[in-house]
Amino acid sequence: MTPAQPSGLRPDHGTERPVSGDPAVARPVLEEPDVGRALTRIAHEIVERNRGAGDVVVMGIPTRGVTLARRIRERIVAVEGVEVPVGSVDATMYRDDLRLRGVRPLEETEIPAGGIDGRVVVLVDDVLFSGRTVRAALDALSDLGRPRAVQLAVLIDRGHRELPIRADYVGKNLPTSLRETVHVLLRETDGRDGVLLGPADLGRPPTADTEEAAR
Amino acid sequence: MSRAWILRGVRPLGAEPTDLYVDNGVLVDEAPAAAEVLDVGGLIALPGLVDLHTHLREPGREDAETVETGTLAAALGGFTAVHAMANTEPVADVAGVVEQVWRLGQDAGHCDVHPVGAVSVGLRGEQLAELGAMAESAARVRVFSDDGKCVHDPLLMRRALEYVKSFGGVIAQHAQDPRLTADAQMNEGVESARLGLAGWPAVAEEAVIARDCLLAAHVGGRVHFCHVSTAGSVELVRWAKGKGWNVTAEVTPHHLLLTDELVGSYDPVFKVNPPLRTAEDVAALRRGLADGTIDAVATDHAPHSLEDKETEWAAAAFGMTGLETALSVVVEAMLSTGELDWAGVADRMSVRPAQIGRLGGQGQPLQPGAPANLVLVDADARWTVDPAQSASRSRNTPYAARELPARVVATFLRGRPTVLDGKPA
Amino acid sequence: MSAIRLPRHLLSAGDLSRDEALLVLDTAEELAQLADRPIKKLPTLRGRTVVNLFFEDSTRTRTSFEVAAKRLSADVINFSAKGSSVSKGESLKDTALTLEAMGADAVVCRHSASGAPHRLAHWIRGSVVNAGDGTHEHPTQALLDAFTMRRRMGRLEGLHVAVVGDVLHSRVARSNTLLLSTLGADVTLVAPPTLLPVGVDSWPCAVSYDLDSVLPKSDVVMMLRVQRERMHASFFPTTREYSRRYGLDARRMANLPDDAIVMHPGPMNRGVEIAAEVADSVRSTIVEQVANGVSVRMAVLYLLLGGALDEEVGA
Repeated sequence: MTPAQPSGLRPDHGTERPVSGDPAVARPVLEEPDVGRALTRIAHEIVERNRGAGDVVVMGIPTRGVTLARRIRERIVAVEGVEVPVGSVDATMYRDDLRLRGVRPLEETEIPAGGIDGRVVVLVDDVLFSGRTVRAALDALSDLGRPRAVQLAVLIDRGHRELPIRADYVGKNLPTSLRETVHVLLRETDGRDGVLLGPADLGRPPTADTEEAAR
Repeated sequence: MSRAWILRGVRPLGAEPTDLYVDNGVLVDEAPAAAEVLDVGGLIALPGLVDLHTHLREPGREDAETVETGTLAAALGGFTAVHAMANTEPVADVAGVVEQVWRLGQDAGHCDVHPVGAVSVGLRGEQLAELGAMAESAARVRVFSDDGKCVHDPLLMRRALEYVKSFGGVIAQHAQDPRLTADAQMNEGVESARLGLAGWPAVAEEAVIARDCLLAAHVGGRVHFCHVSTAGSVELVRWAKGKGWNVTAEVTPHHLLLTDELVGSYDPVFKVNPPLRTAEDVAALRRGLADGTIDAVATDHAPHSLEDKETEWAAAAFGMTGLETALSVVVEAMLSTGELDWAGVADRMSVRPAQIGRLGGQGQPLQPGAPANLVLVDADARWTVDPAQSASRSRNTPYAARELPARVVATFLRGRPTVLDGKPA
Repeated sequence: MSAIRLPRHLLSAGDLSRDEALLVLDTAEELAQLADRPIKKLPTLRGRTVVNLFFEDSTRTRTSFEVAAKRLSADVINFSAKGSSVSKGESLKDTALTLEAMGADAVVCRHSASGAPHRLAHWIRGSVVNAGDGTHEHPTQALLDAFTMRRRMGRLEGLHVAVVGDVLHSRVARSNTLLLSTLGADVTLVAPPTLLPVGVDSWPCAVSYDLDSVLPKSDVVMMLRVQRERMHASFFPTTREYSRRYGLDARRMANLPDDAIVMHPGPMNRGVEIAAEVADSVRSTIVEQVANGVSVRMAVLYLLLGGALDEEVGA
């Protein structure tokens, strides 16, 4: 997959711009170091809340959720020194909006060795918005096994929940208007880390791997 | 209805505009008194078209067509005479049936119907039918054919060729070796391989034609080949004629225009016997018709009910309608491409068929004294084929929604109009 | 993955582009995991109706489609039109009208006449999946064969596949030749000259009359079923001679490269085109082809029905 390059951006490292800036430009709300720190903090919170990582299984929601899950897991392993299983759960087949668009290609579901029965599953996604994707992922999980508990970790919570879903671990709370878009960039897929907030039409055509279109 | 007509400004066989005069069933050289005038300036005048090969389905399959509806379709297509094939139910293999069909044609009055007599009893290919009785009947049969089936027994074919010499008859052979075409569905070639349909090899037609040319030569008889469809068949007929043998051949309009690629949709409207062939075959047939190797165009109008055509391919009947579109398709395939002029069209669609069928009153030059069997054609018209508008009872035309050139405006049968202004008179 | 969309009907393996074919295989790969899960069900096609319209008997293929549709939570209606009350040529259009009334979203059609699914597609609103039409094609068979090959051999590009037997009458041969060449494999058809169609030279494959020369170079050998009745139409003199010249026996199997596999679409004529010991050997993929059939058919049904249907989308 080629890294998607957002168009019309003026990178502005460091300086916090006022919200009422040029609407044609997306502004960064998290820079590269911020992303790393947020993930580290989340990893520590997971360990703290679950009193260690013995029971924990980290499951990412494709696509960027999987990348984040792996990074969180690496940090947990570094902190606790124990093996933490990691996997992915594709929610596509359980979405409630399938009939609204053309058919979506499937992503990968990978159940780690040892399964999820009786474990604490930490679901990981990049952006929490309406909550529907997480709801679908929860349904997918329940067909894969019976975790003891499911917790949710997200890099960004941008508000506007349409279902009673909340995250247990949040990288950054980012109040947004519905007209705005949130773009998460990750080194592994996009060449650099960052979170951008922009107007509705940024020139990047909505595709299946643009999380915004999925919400 | 007036008996006298002045056709003003017509172009006989495409020549300069002139006036034609009709009186009491014949063309005359002076404007008759009390004549109805048709201002038909610019229309082409041809001798009334003659079809050597049509299926009127009556008796037996009146759900698909009757003599009344079929001859009306013929008149609208510019025909003043049609030969009705014998594969009816019951088969036209005795004087009684051919006379019945002949009388039905007379009563309908849209064009002359010349019944074709079967060669063998019941079309079974075993025993000669009473060819002499049919020749002597009121129907005066001269063309004999088992069309639908091939006279595949060489001995029977030989006897038939010999026997009809006594009354100037001709055997019209449907050339199709039954063993090579058992359950065949479409032309055997690249398309049939791709579509998974049993193939109908060209050799099944050509082998029979070769054999029957030799037989006709050997016994000094007259053989005519129905609906030739392959390049090889054209070459064989050319060879036989080159030898001076009494061999004639016809081609259908659809074989001049359509190829087996159309079968890709599996729409049985394209299922026909003989099958649609390749572009090379179409080109050879056009050349053959242009240089006279193929003597005539014959429609092989084969109406079928919806139930027989709206099915999966293998279960569908073979055949296409063609009377109303024949002239237009020939214009599209031969005139527009410059391979024939209007005189040539008149020759292949009227003069030669009338000669082969021994019809004295048809296919005559448009001169005073000749019977007034003629058709007036608007050469510049273009029209879109709508099956629902067809006068035929059946709808199985391969040209649905296709735009074709040339339109029949009027048809006269011995001085009486059967079609005026493109509609039944 | 970009938004690839399957054509509305799956009538021929040749309808699929390389990307579309890979999408089916990759989707099937994902769905194959379902067989190992406790809950072998996904909610995705809930509310969709899939009709199995089988004019020709085939319990195996019909069951495979039925399981596939049910695992996706679709409603399945089995419509068997085989039987004395239905005569040839009278029922296809009437059946189509009945299916429309039922609101079938997809019709899986098997028929003894080539082109029957094409006619059906003209008369119904839903998607038509060709489950085998006469001697024309069997696209989902080719897809599950390709899926099986890819799993066993790790690739399709450049794979040498020999398809052996009655090519003339085989819908499996046609579909496989088209699909495998689309996916970059090298196909060689092996048969006596009488069982190869005139026009085979225009196909994207090589042709050979000599099985023994093709086997040592083949990564995959696919044996086609040969019907004894063909003997009576003089396609070959006796089954004994056919078997001797074109049958895959233990001796020939030993001439295959070490990791070559043997496939058969079934049902087999043990002793004619394939010896029992070959069918039961470790090289044989015949059993896993069945399981793979369900995954592939799930993928096809999902990709045809899993999103908005044409009439549901505004544009």
